[in-house]
Amino acid sequence: MSSSSVEHAHAGHHAPTGFIRKYVFSLDHKVIGIQYYFLGLFSVFVGMTLSVLMRYHMVNPNVAVSWFSVLWPHAAQGGVMTPELYLSLMTMHGTIMVFFVLTTVPQGGFGNYFLPIQIGAEDMAFPVLNMMSFWTTFIALVVMIAAFFVDGGAPLSGWTAYPPLSGAGPATGPGEGMGQNLWILSIAIFCGASLMGAINFIATTVDLRCKGMTLMRMPLTCWTWLVTAILGLLGFAVLLSAGVLLLLDRTVGTSFFLPAGLMISDRIITAHKGGSPLLWQHLFWFFGHPEVYIAILPGMGVTSQLLSTFSRKPIFGYKAMVYAILSIGFLGFLVWGHHMFMSGMNPYSAMAFSILTMCIGVPSAIKTFNWIGTLWNGKIHFDTAMMFALGFVSLFVTGGVSGIFLGQPALDLYFHDTYFVVGHFHMIMGVAAIFGMFAGTFYWFPKASGRMLNEPMGKLHFYLTFIGVYAIFTPMHYLGLAGNPRRYSAFTDVEYLGKLIPVHQFMSYAAYFTAAVQIIFVINLFWSIFKGPKAPDNPWKSTTLEWAIPSPPPFDNFGGVHPVVYHGPYEYSVPGAETDFIMQTDPPSQVHSVV
Amino acid sequence: MLLAPVVWVLTVVIAYFFFAKTWWFPPPISEHGIAYDAQFMRTLIVVGIIFVLAQFALGYVIVKFRNDGGRAGYSHGNNKLEALWTSATALLFIGLVVMGTKIWAGVHFDEAPADSMVVEVTAKQFAWSFRYPGADNKFGHTDLKYVNDSAGNPLGIDDKDPAGKDDIVSASLKVPVHKHVNLLLHSRDVIHNFFVPELRLKQDLVPGMEIPFHFQADQIGIYEVPCSELCGLGHYQMRTTMQVMSESDFEQWKQQQAQK
Repeated sequence: MSSSSVEHAHAGHHAPTGFIRKYVFSLDHKVIGIQYYFLGLFSVFVGMTLSVLMRYHMVNPNVAVSWFSVLWPHAAQGGVMTPELYLSLMTMHGTIMVFFVLTTVPQGGFGNYFLPIQIGAEDMAFPVLNMMSFWTTFIALVVMIAAFFVDGGAPLSGWTAYPPLSGAGPATGPGEGMGQNLWILSIAIFCGASLMGAINFIATTVDLRCKGMTLMRMPLTCWTWLVTAILGLLGFAVLLSAGVLLLLDRTVGTSFFLPAGLMISDRIITAHKGGSPLLWQHLFWFFGHPEVYIAILPGMGVTSQLLSTFSRKPIFGYKAMVYAILSIGFLGFLVWGHHMFMSGMNPYSAMAFSILTMCIGVPSAIKTFNWIGTLWNGKIHFDTAMMFALGFVSLFVTGGVSGIFLGQPALDLYFHDTYFVVGHFHMIMGVAAIFGMFAGTFYWFPKASGRMLNEPMGKLHFYLTFIGVYAIFTPMHYLGLAGNPRRYSAFTDVEYLGKLIPVHQFMSYAAYFTAAVQIIFVINLFWSIFKGPKAPDNPWKSTTLEWAIPSPPPFDNFGGVHPVVYHGPYEYSVPGAETDFIMQTDPPSQVHSVV
Repeated sequence: MLLAPVVWVLTVVIAYFFFAKTWWFPPPISEHGIAYDAQFMRTLIVVGIIFVLAQFALGYVIVKFRNDGGRAGYSHGNNKLEALWTSATALLFIGLVVMGTKIWAGVHFDEAPADSMVVEVTAKQFAWSFRYPGADNKFGHTDLKYVNDSAGNPLGIDDKDPAGKDDIVSASLKVPVHKHVNLLLHSRDVIHNFFVPELRLKQDLVPGMEIPFHFQADQIGIYEVPCSELCGLGHYQMRTTMQVMSESDFEQWKQQQAQK
């Protein structure tokens, strides 16, 4: 049901002219989506570079690298990376990856571009707000990067920024001065941007669906973008509050998170009293857990979309998939305490959080079963986009099952803060979610650019990356079994870690290899943008609305026509139909209408 | 299509290193540790079966249903199957948690037995201090203003308090074997974490809180204690040991410390 007031606002909507209006301060959701995508692409290369530096240092802690002292004259004197420099690179790696890659590209990139089109709308509900959300994100990124360049450098408290380490100022460590303040400021700005985006996505989905596009006919991508937006709306508001409180503790002497009786570096701290470090953890993880579902849900949506398209079969259990997305979203707000089993919080609450955590494993399992059910009896085409979707399933299984260990507080008594956790979240976020982005790229690039990406390069990049990421992150689980703590800048000072260093060396080589392999993707992307072969309107013979319009789409998506939807989103291989796919907009007289 | 054997090979390789226990837990040194390992094994078996089956199924469908012309089977799903695998998964996952409850309860719901030996633990950037109450079984009063590392008073024991005169302060933890120990965990500055792999136990030390944490070690030896919560640039060096001694050796050690 489209809102007539929004329709009128768009009546007389002309294509923008001028470079700035078209490509910089554009109100067009498609341009904004591309802007988010390239912001994320830039960020992922920064984040990846940081991780390569980290992996190098962990296995070469005392080696002098001449250009380190050029980049970091104080923190890498003589070219040897100090532990505090390592920790600040680690903090920024996590922060940039989680916020500026995983929270921007799947939602702000693909969602912005394709949500309006997939539901038959001309644009998002609030185009100006959309533009502001991107530029606010951009400002947040600039502020975050600025933390590297201030006195003391970037903070070293991890992306989780637990006080008092993050709250008591520079006495707790280098980077805990202005660096930590800029970090908080950047996150606060990012929260604002996310809230803007969330409002837009929800309003658009509720209000701008075209005739015939009922909620249960929406592509699963749209469902994931909707639930992700709701998670963002509720979660980021809490993170913003937490950040404000932390900044106040650090700058004006409040005591939200800082108790009395602190003595830091031989100095007694008298300025604070009555605060609770645990309060930060509750606030942070109340946001932090929904955040990881924000990071993965759109990738699940893309995977469902692609598995269906490239198997030429409807998604197995569409309704169950919708309920699974909704339950993951809802339960995602009830499990934050599983990040805090060892924190000193009430141990009875641990049992409640644990049972809820196991519950959230159920809809995730349903999705996995349904993906395999979709492939079953299909006719599978192995285009690169599909390879990444299949890879997503494998990686999601591997990354997800380690959660069954970590969700039990009894077992967390050993695994908390070990590499077992690091392996778990990297598999899910650092790999499965990224594969979701690669899948979306290969699937939608033809639509957005009017050209095809190179398939052989795509397949090569896929296989090398798939094997590479397994090589980097699976050994982390074994390190966890052996009791390897996380966030260690070197393994030189604990005897039992010595025999694990060869595993770290293997992982580091795997990391260098996998990072290098990404050049294939970058070359493919940029070459194809300019020189790729022309793409047809529907190269994948896919059913959803974006494939019914030209590649690339006109500025108002549907050329002034309001589309009408007659079918569900995944009507492939319908018995008796002429072709093995029925577009959502195909009039029913041509085919047997099934849903 | 090549993806199927790639996935299968990866699955076999990953599973192999679990079977072979190439990198594994150190042997447990307590009843709790033995119970822990049993729960871990139960979980590993369930997870291992799910992992292998899922990856094999993925590879199987990739091979069996690759495009060879013709139409795919048209189906929107199977509600019976959905109900079946949903309930099976729920039962399995929740069952595992319920089975592990006793272990968690033993650590956190049950109070330390009354005859436990109490040791006060203080963590700071980047060292550990362990304080024993001495013969009077009372801890002396402390104040931060008396803290003086170089003078051998890292905890700031007030020398005007007679209860503190016999307190023993050590940089490493010494405990007698087969005896309940109750640690009272404190932190001076930021959050740290006390972790002994062989005990299968860890606990955060939080400034502003006193967190009791009890255990019993049943095997003599020296075990490393690596800090397990990011606490600053010295986090990777913040390591001490727990030495489990015979009753007589422990008494001897206490006497030697008292004479200092």
